[in-house]
Amino acid sequence: MPVQTAPPKIEVRPSEVSPATKQVKVSVRDLDFFYGRVQALHNISIDIPERIVMAFIGPSGCGKSTFLRTLNRMNDVIPATRVGGEVQIDGHDIYSPGTDVVELRRKVGMVFQKSNPFPKSIFDNVAYGLRINKLTDSNSELTGRVEQALKDAALWEEVKDRLKQSALSLSGGQQQRLCIARALAIRPEVLLMDEPASALDPIATSKIEELIFDLKAQYTIVIVTHNMQQAARVSDTTAFFLLGKLIEVNTTEKMFTAPNEKLTEDYITGRFG
Amino acid sequence: MDIHRHLDDELSSLRDRVLLLGGEAEQALERAMYSLSERDSDVAKEVLDHDDRVDSLEVEIDRQCIDIIALRQPAARDLRFVISVAKMAPVLERIADHACNIARAAIDLNNEPELNSVLDLNRMAEHALKMLRASLDAFTSSDAAMAREIIKSDTEINDLYNHTFHRLIELMVSEPATATRDARLLFVAKHLERIGDYVTDICELTVYMAEAQFIKHTN
Repeated sequence: MPVQTAPPKIEVRPSEVSPATKQVKVSVRDLDFFYGRVQALHNISIDIPERIVMAFIGPSGCGKSTFLRTLNRMNDVIPATRVGGEVQIDGHDIYSPGTDVVELRRKVGMVFQKSNPFPKSIFDNVAYGLRINKLTDSNSELTGRVEQALKDAALWEEVKDRLKQSALSLSGGQQQRLCIARALAIRPEVLLMDEPASALDPIATSKIEELIFDLKAQYTIVIVTHNMQQAARVSDTTAFFLLGKLIEVNTTEKMFTAPNEKLTEDYITGRFG
Repeated sequence: MDIHRHLDDELSSLRDRVLLLGGEAEQALERAMYSLSERDSDVAKEVLDHDDRVDSLEVEIDRQCIDIIALRQPAARDLRFVISVAKMAPVLERIADHACNIARAAIDLNNEPELNSVLDLNRMAEHALKMLRASLDAFTSSDAAMAREIIKSDTEINDLYNHTFHRLIELMVSEPATATRDARLLFVAKHLERIGDYVTDICELTVYMAEAQFIKHTN
């Protein structure tokens, strides 16, 4: 099975991702990851340019979510895990001693598969990160940041008249956008999304996808999805994982019409295994 | 895996159907030229009568392609195959339309005295048929190299067309009484030349299907 040993070259569509203007935001080199004795990721090397949407695809258990969580050290909370190699964000190795993990996760926000609003008001959910990180100096600034985050998450118009209502009163799709607003409120630079629309109906999914499209103007977005059509719709580049190995990274257009690797082709066409 | 097998069955059925359409186009051309060279208008009428079958096959293929795209959302080589077939079917249907036009010309010409120029047209038709058969073989075996070779051979039809064109113009000038018949034969020659171009289109689609390379308009 072919394994990427050198950083995969990302082919770019000039109109969308110009190498001249897109700096590498996240650079991963020779990354290994272990759950106890089990190696879940093998020698992953990849560059993620800033302000694009990159989709991770692959069958269940291929390591795409594990890899996503290495990008903001969310795996640290799982006992007996071990990381080798290097993950640089803006040139800084996030696994180097002395890294402030709280600050890292502020910079690299995350949205999960299942929306997880706190049992608080809509306003308090979005304000939560701002308050605990003491990121605002006044109530008016706090209110402004919450409003902006809700607008960025395309939720403001739907909730502006009921900010004091419980977040749990929102629909599933609205709750997921609230979680995105909560992540955006602390102004991350990278947004990790782990199957953010897998539990949503097509209309709510469409809103999340439109939102992702709009957000890439400001954020670097990495999305894990099982839905290949979703990857095709929302992403600029796609990475295919298999058995903990990175098989191919390519422009999404190329990936879904003429992938370079046979394994990718077999997966994309459903002839895997 | 049943779903994937189902997709494979549908793609296989689509391939069979486009080859059937190709066979119909090939037969229509062969019979139209036979009706012209052997002065058999009954065969020409059969070609015209059979064209409805060709049209309905094209529509069936259209529907099948749309169904597969909508319901199976093919990707990569499957997508390229379906797109190629969807674009190839109308090309094959147009080849059959050109064969019908030749059959109509044959019916008219068969009521007139014979002209020797028909011999050159037969050479053109033989080459067009050879190209068409080879293009369907290249498509079936996904053989991009073979498709590229067939494209190159289109120049031979173009050369024959130019030769026929000049010869017929000469005849029109030297024997004005044959001008109407010469003009009809000129149209037949043009139909054959266009068929060569359509076969080129088929081969370009085969290259896209096999290699994901767009070679259309690259020459």
